[in-house]
Amino acid sequence: MKKNKVFCSLLAVLIALSLVLTACGSSDAGPSEGQVPAVVEEVVEEETSSTRTTLSMWYHGAGNEVERNILLSIIDDYNNSQDKYVVEVQDFPQISYNASVVAAALAGNLPDIIDVDGPVMPNWAWGGYLSPLKLSDGALDEFLPSTIGMWEGEVYSVGLWEAACALYARKSVLDQYDIRIPTLEQPWDLEEFDAALETLQASGEFDYALDLGMAWTGEWYPYGFSPFLQSFGGDIVDRSTYTTAEGALNGPEAIAFGEWWQSLFVRGLVPGTTQDSADRDTGFIEGRNAMMWNGNWAGATALEPYGDDLLILPAPDFGNGSRIGAGSWQFGVSADSQHKEGATEFIEFMMQDKYLVAFSNGINNIPSTPSAAAASKLYSSGAPFEIFFEYSAAQATLRPPTAAYLTAALVFEKALADIANGADVVDALDAAADEITADIAANGGYGFDGSVVGPSIQEDEIAIGK
Amino acid sequence: MAQITKVETQNQIRSSKWPIERNTEAITAWLMASPAMILMILFLIIPFFLAFYFSFTNQRLISPNPTEFLGLQNYKQLLTIKILRLDPIMTESGEPVLDEEGDFTYIRERDITRDPDNPQYAGLQRWDSWDIGKTRFSLLASDVVFMKSLINTLYFAIVIVPGQAGLGLILALLINRRVKGVNVFRTIYFIPVVVSIVVVSILFRFIYDGDNGLLNSALVFITGGAFTPIDWLANTTTAMPAIMLMSAWQAVGIHMIIWLAGLQNIPFTLYEAADIDGANAFQKFMYVTWPGLHNTAVFILVTITIAALGLFTQIHVMTRGGPLDSTSTVIFQAVRKGFDMQNIAYGSTISVVFFILVLSVAIIQRYLTREKSS
Repeated sequence: MKKNKVFCSLLAVLIALSLVLTACGSSDAGPSEGQVPAVVEEVVEEETSSTRTTLSMWYHGAGNEVERNILLSIIDDYNNSQDKYVVEVQDFPQISYNASVVAAALAGNLPDIIDVDGPVMPNWAWGGYLSPLKLSDGALDEFLPSTIGMWEGEVYSVGLWEAACALYARKSVLDQYDIRIPTLEQPWDLEEFDAALETLQASGEFDYALDLGMAWTGEWYPYGFSPFLQSFGGDIVDRSTYTTAEGALNGPEAIAFGEWWQSLFVRGLVPGTTQDSADRDTGFIEGRNAMMWNGNWAGATALEPYGDDLLILPAPDFGNGSRIGAGSWQFGVSADSQHKEGATEFIEFMMQDKYLVAFSNGINNIPSTPSAAAASKLYSSGAPFEIFFEYSAAQATLRPPTAAYLTAALVFEKALADIANGADVVDALDAAADEITADIAANGGYGFDGSVVGPSIQEDEIAIGK
Repeated sequence: MAQITKVETQNQIRSSKWPIERNTEAITAWLMASPAMILMILFLIIPFFLAFYFSFTNQRLISPNPTEFLGLQNYKQLLTIKILRLDPIMTESGEPVLDEEGDFTYIRERDITRDPDNPQYAGLQRWDSWDIGKTRFSLLASDVVFMKSLINTLYFAIVIVPGQAGLGLILALLINRRVKGVNVFRTIYFIPVVVSIVVVSILFRFIYDGDNGLLNSALVFITGGAFTPIDWLANTTTAMPAIMLMSAWQAVGIHMIIWLAGLQNIPFTLYEAADIDGANAFQKFMYVTWPGLHNTAVFILVTITIAALGLFTQIHVMTRGGPLDSTSTVIFQAVRKGFDMQNIAYGSTISVVFFILVLSVAIIQRYLTREKSS
């Protein structure tokens, strides 16, 4: 019996230990999980001769056949176009891509060419994973500013496409309720937008006047919703110094935004945080919701049921200019690369208009240059989504390009969810601002020393040009 | 292996059997245990000590800044609690300033915690407050979300441990019969266990949906429309119970099986003896079944407690800690801070605190459930 007892207590301690360790493991060893995902190595060029240097490349789009084929055909073209380098690509599922890069960086195993999500780029540049991208003069002249990844005054990455958000609505519905159709030149202001929402909700014809997409937790919150805050005149961090969120995320403009944001949920104009993703996908196209705030990627499915009746309207101007999020996936050269010239050469090769058009036609994203847009299926003159290119050019506002963004985005997401669920607006924004400011301080300013490095959100081009 | 054979031959030659044979046995035992032990050391023991070490530094996942030793600063940041006494705001003439509803007004806690004249409150946030008479007592914590998570985790464990263990026992008693078709019920009760908790969580997100979820529709149908639909996961009072219910439903099957094994280990002769003594069903349960299940009960208690304290997946998939932190848990915070926010040191600190918590609970349980025979 005694032996049994000792064994039992030992077992208890062991189980406790192993459980805790699993918990530690999930925080410590997390990134290394990413090393194992279904990685499909693709050797594009079969006759890899020993005289040619191999350039390795990682890409986040595993599982998307169309995207993959476009990328492979570009690599094929490049490998055939010269005889110095051979590009080899590895695909990762998007969900584990960032973790894989972080793990590889810690292990010193980064490939030559990596793709990187726009807002994450400064974190990787600061962390020393990326090296500046030395493209030839004028290579970026035609590119939308939001597709160029800049950090500390240098170019680190470039995007072959851009995404843009807009309000999806139906002309017949707006006409029926006598609501003015806004334009790029004259978007709705706060009162007009609010009145439109109230009217649509009061009609009783819809479950909700507007679907914001609260079901999409994660990056959608800062991407989709921080432009509203910025349009009110607030911001996630104060981008004149990038060393504090105080005043930007909890100043009077931010509080005004927070109170309006909360009122959307209190008045029942939009679905709340528990919206499920099926409702998000079908709410607008099945007519249950009157309007939808969504990206250009949702355009094709919305066009199907509504056709000419579909309206793609600009974001409202809440006082500091109409704004939408900016910065999609981009390409850069890793800091460890032994062949930076070759990697840069390949990225420049990819930047040709014909490839921009191929990506746009294949995966419905907005091409990065006007000439590519004009040649594309969806964004050329007269094409159904032409307007997205204009929105992107006129309204795109980058999420704060700082290494602090990674943490700040999560804090912002929580603050918005809390406010939607009835938290005190001032308390929630104060707590968020404090957490972001403390994180920046704990990281030595993430490379910023507190001096003014650029205009604040209230003095940037969009605010001045409005 | 070659080595072992060699030793064995030597044994036979020397024929001084006992001590050396024991030695050989030990070597064999170590060899056989070594694959598991190497993995355990590599992936459990070493990470544990690393976490312990990181918790005293400012280690980050990505950072060009050098790691610094911080001592206990992370623990202070995690665990500090203070009570702040506030008197009502008075006018110069000594009259209290009242708000529109005629209540006393107080200075905002944040104005004090950010005031350089009060360095002892720097970095603290308001957690809760109570008004006793005119005085307001504010509870301040340095990491309010962690404190709430700790409370939520304990709340979950306190409900789920007796609830799930009890339900498991009832189910086990129900299916511990030699009746035709009992295997069908055993299978039905066990099915949720085989389904991944991630899948279950996603399904229940749909079931708990406030607009057109299955649960609301069913309740409205049963009550003939008298029931007003509730957005279960958006409500701070219903979110945690909803997750408890789902967790118990998913995991009860495994405990049912363990109880069942315990029940079937009780010799049938004991029941026959009890019958001869004229015991009724309740007496048989109290004096035969329950004492016979002692070891099973201890095992189940310890495993459910530890699993309950480690609540994470359901939260991560269903609510991400919301609404208003009402479902945030300790492990959820460890992952959020340590991995999502790249603050390995702070995540490690949470893990160490969690380890101490689980260990103490397990030790207390062992002490309380020890066999009281002399």
